[in-house]
Amino acid sequence: MSINKVIQVEDLTKMFGDFTAVNSITFDVEKGEIFGFLGANGAGKTTAMKMLIGILSPTAGEATVAGFDVFTNAEDIKKNIGYMSQKFALYDDLTVKENITFFGGIYGLSKSKIKEKSNTLIEDLGLEKVANQLVGALPLGWKQKISFSVALLHDPKIVFLDEPTGGVDPITRRQFWEMIYKAANHGTTVFVTTHYMDEAEYCDRVSIMVNGKIEALDTPKKLKEQFNAATMNDVFLKLARG
Amino acid sequence: MKIILYIIQKEFKQIFRNKGMLPIIFVLPLIQLIILSNAATFEVKNIKFGFIDNDRTSTSRALVQKFNASTYFDVSTDFPSEVLASSAMLKREVDVILEIPHYLERDLQKEKHINLGVTINAIDGAAAGVENVYVTQIIQNFSKHLKVDLLQPSDKQVQPINIETIPLFWYNETLNYKTFMVPGILVLLVTMITLFLSGMNIVREKEIGTLEQINVTPIKKNQFIIGKLFPFWVLGMTLLTIGLIIAKLIFDVPMVGSLLLMYLYTSIYILVVLGIGLFISNFTETQQQAMFIAWFFIVIFILMSGLFTPIESMPKWAQVITEFNPIKYFVEVMRMVMLKGSGFIDIFPQLIKTLLYAFIMNGLAVWSYKKTN
Amino acid sequence: MKRFIGFIKKEFYHIFRDRRSLFILFGMPIAQILLFGFAITNEINNVDIAILDHSKDATTKEIINRIAASKYFSIKQMVTHEANIASVFQKGHVKAVLNFEKDFSKNLIKDHKATVQIIADATDPNTANTISNYVNAILQQYQKELNKDITIVYQIVPETRMVYNPELKSVYMFVPGVMTIILMLVSAMMTSISITREKELGTMEILLVSPLKPFQVIIGKVFPYIFLSIINAVVIVMLSIFIFNMPVQGSLFLLALESVLFIISALALGILISTISATQQTAMMISLMGLMLPVILLSGFIFPISSMPLPLQVISNIIPAKWFIIIIKGIMLKGVGLQFVWKETLILLGMTVFFIALSVKKYKIRLE
Repeated sequence: MSINKVIQVEDLTKMFGDFTAVNSITFDVEKGEIFGFLGANGAGKTTAMKMLIGILSPTAGEATVAGFDVFTNAEDIKKNIGYMSQKFALYDDLTVKENITFFGGIYGLSKSKIKEKSNTLIEDLGLEKVANQLVGALPLGWKQKISFSVALLHDPKIVFLDEPTGGVDPITRRQFWEMIYKAANHGTTVFVTTHYMDEAEYCDRVSIMVNGKIEALDTPKKLKEQFNAATMNDVFLKLARG
Repeated sequence: MKIILYIIQKEFKQIFRNKGMLPIIFVLPLIQLIILSNAATFEVKNIKFGFIDNDRTSTSRALVQKFNASTYFDVSTDFPSEVLASSAMLKREVDVILEIPHYLERDLQKEKHINLGVTINAIDGAAAGVENVYVTQIIQNFSKHLKVDLLQPSDKQVQPINIETIPLFWYNETLNYKTFMVPGILVLLVTMITLFLSGMNIVREKEIGTLEQINVTPIKKNQFIIGKLFPFWVLGMTLLTIGLIIAKLIFDVPMVGSLLLMYLYTSIYILVVLGIGLFISNFTETQQQAMFIAWFFIVIFILMSGLFTPIESMPKWAQVITEFNPIKYFVEVMRMVMLKGSGFIDIFPQLIKTLLYAFIMNGLAVWSYKKTN
Repeated sequence: MKRFIGFIKKEFYHIFRDRRSLFILFGMPIAQILLFGFAITNEINNVDIAILDHSKDATTKEIINRIAASKYFSIKQMVTHEANIASVFQKGHVKAVLNFEKDFSKNLIKDHKATVQIIADATDPNTANTISNYVNAILQQYQKELNKDITIVYQIVPETRMVYNPELKSVYMFVPGVMTIILMLVSAMMTSISITREKELGTMEILLVSPLKPFQVIIGKVFPYIFLSIINAVVIVMLSIFIFNMPVQGSLFLLALESVLFIISALALGILISTISATQQTAMMISLMGLMLPVILLSGFIFPISSMPLPLQVISNIIPAKWFIIIIKGIMLKGVGLQFVWKETLILLGMTVFFIALSVKKYKIRLE
């Protein structure tokens, strides 16, 4: 158990009836890494992630997140991680500030801490004008950034991002990845799933899931060498073709 | 515990921001309370009366006049024949038909036995029974007066024995149905609102994805659920309070018993309803499913609550089912405390059962809520 | 036309794939009609009575025996003092107390008159009245027997004939009502949810952009539910006939037609509700909160409309359920044909057309 490994997964499996969604995957994630969890739609990425964040119980295998076992200590894991769902789950009928206050409070932050964080967040994202507007009225790109920031409110050790750039324009995507870099520089480990292969280039290491199994795991550079491909997209195509 | 406060704060904000729902939650029930309470009555009034007078004498006319004068009967129609009268009954134009035989007056003077034909539309059996009572009363009355007018009492006549019955109606001398129905309808409205809102609440968060987000936080199950239930509990109690005020001001429903006892009971009762709603919410995937299930139970609960038809009249197996109907207990307690002034000891059985129900239901709700699937 | 059929097909798939909802849509009406047919009744049975007997003589004993023997009543306890009556009522079990005066027998013999009070708990006025009437009837019967040797000079005796429902079965009164309520609520709810669901999910915009005319969209949405509701209606009618022995004096065919008309009117109402609701939640709340109690209370299902205050009688006219209940009762219990219910049928038809037209108009507005 290396202290530098914040996520350790061994033979993790999830079956739904007869269907094996996640087939005995094994990998590690180091502290401060930006780890890309890639794969096509339906490859099993989201299922795997749900097991790691403690909302889906695995069928078999072992995994520890932030030092806690996913089988027995799911609730402790949750104290140490942040999560941003595919749906950018914020409350549309609450304002930006209210959403921040709510999630901050849920994580047990003190009132003063919440206030401080709230102001910082709003300033950093340039949302002063819309701080008191309902989230439902904001464009998708802003919701995305707010959702990410909310996931980091309680300074978690690891933040899990599920398809965080879905449906967002390229510029906003770029800006978003800058936010991810910033978080990683502060020591937060970032675990991100995506089906955009170009985003793989931004990660420290990448794993590619195909039909529930991890078929590739390395840095983008090494993977391109291994598969003799110019881009990560090509790597994936080669893998998928089998 | 502060965490619960955050959830409560959020829920309240969401409730009050939902502009479309606010009138439905507050205005609609209260309007219904005011309007519909006037509808609920088993009194039989405005009975459409028709007659076939085959005698056409002053006596027969006097008999008809008795019906005209009665406040229960309305619209008196003179039918020339039985066929026409029956046809009118088919068309819902008349509900009670009196057929006066030929030679009524003559036979009366001859002191013969007279049979009057009475035909009553009995589709509503209960109403028909009441109508029959009214008809009989009027005819008996008419009989009595005739004795005085027409008859010369002879010494040989023995006075009949008379058992005089005096009906006394306690707690509601005028048999005012509103006194009975208003508290009941209020109960129904409070129950419906709290059940539907709590039933849909968690499912909604499931549907939009925020529930997943919450499940990833370290929040404890019971913190989450208490935080969610509390605002609806407050809503229910508020609705009850406004309803009681309306009951008193507009309908002048008596409030004989302890208001404190009423509130104590209601606070526990609402927990039961919320628990049921929450439990439903945990097992459904869509709001639609949650509503359907809630609807199913509510209709059964309402019709078998003893509010519209007495529970004592139901077959034994149905009465057993009502033991699981929280509304039944609420209706009983409401009537006992509000109208009769029953005390804590008197409603103790209902109180205990409701308390037990609340524990079990909410326990089930918390247990069946899984943060990890 | 092909588009239209494709659209209807999709609607059918939606419904049949949602197993849980399907179970509820079919199972629940059946469960409910069975439950209510048996459980909902006005007739009283084994009502708990208490006796306060100041005389305790042969006559009062005889009367008490008769009351105990009656299936309507059951003697729960004896009361010793007037003062105890209140607490007996407060406990909530006893519904009436019979108070026999002192020297009952003596008074009957001497003065030919004795009094008994029927003290009824009138918090439920209907039951109180019924209890009072039944007790009175038992006493009258006893009185008649006491007087049988005494020739009463003459009597005017009403000979009463109860028509359409000679046994005064309350089932006849309630089953049509229950049928109507269930059909109405299920139909209105189903369609109101169906449309707002599309709105919330965003698929409504796809429909709006499609070449389907607004009229087609609405009819297309309603169609599968007509089918479902008809199945429901058939099951309910079958149950009423075979389990509750409801007669069908009139034409079964006419009954079927009228039922279809009513179903369509309820579905159309559901659509109208959905056009004014932004979310599913609102639609459902309006369908349930807004329809349930008014339909139960104002349709004539339990409470006679003729006894309601005039303004409410007027309001009851806009409730489709009211007209349908009249039609059902007419056909099933009175055996009437179209010539007697044409007015009500026309009104129902008019309402349906109105709801659909209004829905199409509102839907069109959304387009602009």
